[in-house]
Amino acid sequence: MSAKLLSPEDIVKGLKEEFKKDVLESRIDHHPIGPKKTDMVHVWMKIDRSILRPVVKHLMTLEKYPHFAVASGYDMGETIEIVYHFTIYYGHHGKELLLNFTIPIPKNDPTVDSICDYIPGALISEQEKQEMLGIKVNNIPKDSRVFVSEDFPEDMYPWRRDEKGPEPMVRNLHDATPPKGSPKKTEKTEDAEKQKPKKQPAKEEKE
Amino acid sequence: MSTQKTTYSIPVGPIHPALKEPVMFEFEIDGERIVDAQVYLGHVHRTVEWSATRRNPVQILYLAERICGICSYCHPMSFALAVERAAGIEVPERAEYLRVIQAELERICSHILWAGVAAHEIGFDSVLFLSWQMREKALDMTEYLCGNRVTKAITMIGGVRRDITKDMFPVINEGLKFFKDNFEKLRKIYLDDKTFKLRSQNCGILTKEDALKLCAVGPTARASGVKKDVRIDQPYFAFEELDFDYVTPDVLTGEVNGDVYDRIIVRLLEVKQSIDLIEQCVRHISGIPEGEIVAEPKVNKLLVQLKKVEGEGVGRMEAPRGEVIHYVKMVGQESPYSWKVRAPTYNNILPWIPMLKGEQIADIPIVAASTDPCMSCTNRVGIVQDGKKSELTGEDLHRLSVEKTRRLM
Repeated sequence: MSAKLLSPEDIVKGLKEEFKKDVLESRIDHHPIGPKKTDMVHVWMKIDRSILRPVVKHLMTLEKYPHFAVASGYDMGETIEIVYHFTIYYGHHGKELLLNFTIPIPKNDPTVDSICDYIPGALISEQEKQEMLGIKVNNIPKDSRVFVSEDFPEDMYPWRRDEKGPEPMVRNLHDATPPKGSPKKTEKTEDAEKQKPKKQPAKEEKE
Repeated sequence: MSTQKTTYSIPVGPIHPALKEPVMFEFEIDGERIVDAQVYLGHVHRTVEWSATRRNPVQILYLAERICGICSYCHPMSFALAVERAAGIEVPERAEYLRVIQAELERICSHILWAGVAAHEIGFDSVLFLSWQMREKALDMTEYLCGNRVTKAITMIGGVRRDITKDMFPVINEGLKFFKDNFEKLRKIYLDDKTFKLRSQNCGILTKEDALKLCAVGPTARASGVKKDVRIDQPYFAFEELDFDYVTPDVLTGEVNGDVYDRIIVRLLEVKQSIDLIEQCVRHISGIPEGEIVAEPKVNKLLVQLKKVEGEGVGRMEAPRGEVIHYVKMVGQESPYSWKVRAPTYNNILPWIPMLKGEQIADIPIVAASTDPCMSCTNRVGIVQDGKKSELTGEDLHRLSVEKTRRLM
């Protein structure tokens, strides 16, 4: 473990000096925590996907084993953004730092490099991002699904908000063929549509 | 081990291989010895994160509570922390201590529950009942403080929903005294009993390096000698004001082996630590005048405030099983744009593989249980059905485990 702990400002500065333009945005959030309102620091950076691996390597010079917490991800329309959450300097009372790296990935080329050779513990997180967001992680050591079942449609990704999202499966549940023996649909549904929606539940309760 | 011997593979699970939750292993076996292990997840996915994008933050608190029956405090609380940071809400001083009390009470419940299950896995059912008797008292105390035993509904964004007043202190002190009196009994059984030692020492070893590389968290990491505890590393709530330190097995034995026995040590010592922390908090609370316990008591007003928030936040907590981390992104809408839940078991799954390699089939239950896995926490999105394969059932495994204990006795 490195003996000297850098301040969050120095870490951001160091990364900016090394990667220059590829650091797209950076900010340091301060949160007052606890009865004495002590300062809690979260570092947020937006970086280009080409420097993800070099950044992890840079973190490994600060902490021999940077702790990879998880990667979050969401669909932003044109791009998919993945947020890698790392912590370094654990084991030092109150000195731990949370570093969040947001990586925008264009939907027309949704690929990102694997970091599993540096941090083997990142495997499940990377697999999850593949099946939930439909990105491709290059050189992932185990290219299989973890949470989504094998019979789930190939080209559908639960966290997407576009046409590849789960909406067609979710929204039309009532259209699906009901199981045998279930009560038949009555004409009531059409009548109910004409009435104000507020009255509907009250009427059902009386019945 | 000769390389000419052919190995064969056996699937274990997904019905209750160790704890009463579904997860599936596939073991590569050479005789009695495990050569390789694979883990299959996803049997209890419930699309929780997706559902959240259709709810407002206060509704999500109650959804988050139902992620897991044991961590029903730390999930909503981590979510609340993430939202508070995105929205810049400051929590009143009194609520910070109340939050610690709830968190530590949950830790006591969870660790004692785990200790009981561990005893059951190696065939000590009387110890299971003895430890769960103690847990019952912790649940009674939870009910006294929150009104509920399991889903506590105590969390609110910006504070907590119930205060602890002076007239409640006697009941709390009585409960803490009960824990302290009975703790010694538990400690003797789990740490000094010969058979317990035979089954747990040098079994399911996770080296410090593996723990660091595979990003293990919580007691699993600490039992391997990694000093990692969010409460101390990056204090939240009122933890900075309280006096405590990392619990690693060398505190007691002077050495770190990273085996099942060490994980028992860490959890038991943490129970004692939690009792002490609650005591400290009660002392602090009696010094703070009664008053605000939530930043914005009117929920509608809070919701209007949250609707305007644009930003992102991360909430981290040391849950009983390790670090919980929630990420929330808000874009000025009623519901959050994105919510990511990372439960501790998510990170403690990969360490299972080095732990199980080289062990015997009869050791599977206790080794698998030793990380205190919580599959409901880990699996949240999607639906999975397992393929039909011949299985070694939980009962078979349990029988093997009990037989091994008998042989050693």
